[in-house]
Amino acid sequence: MIATHPAPRRASSLRDLFRRVPWWGTVLLLTLLALLWIYPFVWMVSASLKSSTEVFSGGVSLWPEVFVWENYARAWDDAGFGRYMLNTVIVTVATVVIVVVRCALCGYVLGRYRFPGSRLIVGILVATLFVPTGYTIIPIVKLSMELGVLNSLTGMILALGGAANVSFILIYAGYFRQLPKELEEAAIMDGAGFLRVFWTIMLPLSMPVTATVALLTFLATWNAFFLPLVFSFSRPELRTLSVGMQAFVGENATDWSGMAAAGVISIVPIVALFLFLQRYFVEGIAGAVKS
Amino acid sequence: MAKSTLADPPVMTSTAEPLRPAPVRGVHLRRRNLWIWAFLMPTVVLYGLYTIYPIVASYWYSLVEWNGFESEQRFVGISNYEAVLADPGFWNSVWVTVVFMLLVAPARIILSLLLAIVLNSPKLPFAALFRTVYFLPVVTTTAIVGVVMQFVFDPASGPVNAALQTLGQSRGINFLGESGLALLTVSAVYVWKFFGITMIYWLAALQTIPRDLLEAAKIDGASAVQTFRHITLPLLMPFLIIITVLTVEDTFRAFDLMQTMTGGGPFFSTEVIEIYIYRWAFAASIPQLGFASAAAVLFGLFVMVFGFFQLWAVYAARRLRVETR
Repeated sequence: MIATHPAPRRASSLRDLFRRVPWWGTVLLLTLLALLWIYPFVWMVSASLKSSTEVFSGGVSLWPEVFVWENYARAWDDAGFGRYMLNTVIVTVATVVIVVVRCALCGYVLGRYRFPGSRLIVGILVATLFVPTGYTIIPIVKLSMELGVLNSLTGMILALGGAANVSFILIYAGYFRQLPKELEEAAIMDGAGFLRVFWTIMLPLSMPVTATVALLTFLATWNAFFLPLVFSFSRPELRTLSVGMQAFVGENATDWSGMAAAGVISIVPIVALFLFLQRYFVEGIAGAVKS
Repeated sequence: MAKSTLADPPVMTSTAEPLRPAPVRGVHLRRRNLWIWAFLMPTVVLYGLYTIYPIVASYWYSLVEWNGFESEQRFVGISNYEAVLADPGFWNSVWVTVVFMLLVAPARIILSLLLAIVLNSPKLPFAALFRTVYFLPVVTTTAIVGVVMQFVFDPASGPVNAALQTLGQSRGINFLGESGLALLTVSAVYVWKFFGITMIYWLAALQTIPRDLLEAAKIDGASAVQTFRHITLPLLMPFLIIITVLTVEDTFRAFDLMQTMTGGGPFFSTEVIEIYIYRWAFAASIPQLGFASAAAVLFGLFVMVFGFFQLWAVYAARRLRVETR
């Protein structure tokens, strides 16, 4: 092989190879860890294609003896995951729109203008940076009941879109603050009003922030559980995927393969989105530390 | 821009200076302020209704006796607090929450730092692929992961016990069914699930360390451990503070995983405070909303203590960063 050739260039590449041995060892370790890491998902996909008895009889084999595609049909139609998917998409998209619009508007004003009360608003926002759902859930349910939106997707959307999301407002404010003043001065000279400056100049410039906020909100809403659970107590047809999954287990504890298929249906969209748009996910999360 | 303003001073006076309110242009200013409040409106309404109001209302609810949403509320003073504080179940949930935090936070912070240092090396092949894989559980739905994990750890036929059996362990281990083991198992799953976030935090922190500093240390003959001890670690200190606080705050949101994996059981061994509140407010046959609200307020105070810690941490981290610069 390479070693039999005494040519100096080859020799140095051999030395390179040896110097890299520790790194390849690391890669091997990391690969084993990575396999362990994704094992639960691989198991879920495998279980979703097996027959219920095959899942139940256990064994470590991941390859199904017979591929039972019917599991997916059962989860989608009978167990109602088609409906749950639709609910989740509606709730998620609407919540993302609400959160992006209100955080962009609020962040723009707070980041760009000093006005009476602006410091107070920022202070209140920061004070509620970490409010857990468990703390606010009881009044939210009561309030939604009084507004007549409990047990409805609208109520769910309003509650999810109205949740603090303070960090997003602060990210927008910080971003708008550092944009050069000349941008809007020029526009105002051209006769543009407040709304126009925001709409045609500031908002397009904030696209990177908007992308991050939209994605992180999408992730949080798609995966939300506590609120949708409480909001769909008496209306099973309003369940989102995560709530539907729990109910499915409660109602059909023995249908392991159907459960696995439902899990795959629920998780695949969000994983696909992540793989396409990883950079924004990762930058958005990293931003929490950098600032 | 500068040229045109110089050439045309009258226009200059009529342009708004966003950060400095001008004294004369009253009408203009009033219109501007109207716009400002119009922009704030959606947040004021939604955030007011769904964040500020619940925080305030919790205090009121905690002072009434109130069974369910339809019936009367009867003012009972602080007796709900007395009842909560006298309930061993509440203290159990506080204890579980603290133990859970002490189990998962150090594991997440230290292990993810080690992995981030390895993944941050420019010489490592496939680093981007590994990052993606380790981050993957973060984006998946916690409530669904919880259900799947219930089956993965099933004593009779779950794959974990099947693997243990092939390794010679004859009797299955009931990971989620034994009170001594359940919290450990859920903690392990929780660490696995959210490990990627902390790793990304660390990778972002490591990016701020100048590479030439590390190379200089290498030229001076410093070993990997020495470099870490004397260069990397001091520079990471401000981030350590912030990441610790973020991670600890995160552990207060364990409801999704706990509820779907164990539902707080067995024998309340995994009942964190959020599940305790949920049980009394929504899962009980006769909801005790006043009682649950009192527990929620205490939980809120508990979290707020960490909120102050957070402010202090940000302040301390800033100062550290200025010093090390």
